[in-house]
Amino acid sequence: MESKSFTTGNRDNPNTDLHGSKNMMASHFLRALFRIQQTSTSSSSFAGRSRRIRRAAYASMAYSAGARRAWSRALLRKLRSRARLRFPRRLSRTARPQRRDMDQAQVLRKLVPGGPSMDYCKLLEETADYIRCLTTQVRLMQTVMDSISSYAHHPMIP
Amino acid sequence: MSGSGRRITDEEINELVSKLQSLLPESRRRNTGRASASKLLKETCSYIKSLHREVDGLSDRLSGLMATMDSNSPQADIIRSLLRS
Repeated sequence: MESKSFTTGNRDNPNTDLHGSKNMMASHFLRALFRIQQTSTSSSSFAGRSRRIRRAAYASMAYSAGARRAWSRALLRKLRSRARLRFPRRLSRTARPQRRDMDQAQVLRKLVPGGPSMDYCKLLEETADYIRCLTTQVRLMQTVMDSISSYAHHPMIP
Repeated sequence: MSGSGRRITDEEINELVSKLQSLLPESRRRNTGRASASKLLKETCSYIKSLHREVDGLSDRLSGLMATMDSNSPQADIIRSLLRS
């Protein structure tokens, strides 16, 4: 099982919270997957299940960061409102970038949850954390994928 | 770190921008080199979009795999054991 690559992750990262939140992310996501699998019937649509899995992925990310980050708070609000998870979001008019590189900052605001209400400095901070979290979630999903599909190819026959 | 009343220095902005650069994968970092902040942000946006697409793709693939599982299948046990580890 390739879980090594997920749990050891990035040793250079001085952020000591990361390990604890990785575990939280993993357990939340796996629990959600399990629930989805249990409540999935042969008549469940592929697309519907895929949407639920995707939603579970973003929920795990948001819960792992919790209330500590503006992007995760925004994402949690979105999830709780049961709104359809759509990226990129519609751009809010309240955002006012302060620097020359404003066009790209506007694009970035649409991609990071809660982006439209962040000033430039905050946006850069939140983006860094959001990227770290996204890459962790992607690695987690790949690990789960590898575990499940490698089993299918090498079943343990008693 | 940032408060709304505080003046933010260019130095702080540059630091944050280079931190973002360090988060990009190697191949994308090569594209930016010592590029302007604008170019770096563009690359960052592109990277985030590709990560979103990866989440979508992996969700589809997991959905496909799960279609072949039932609650008694060994794969369900794998998920259970991943939970415990």
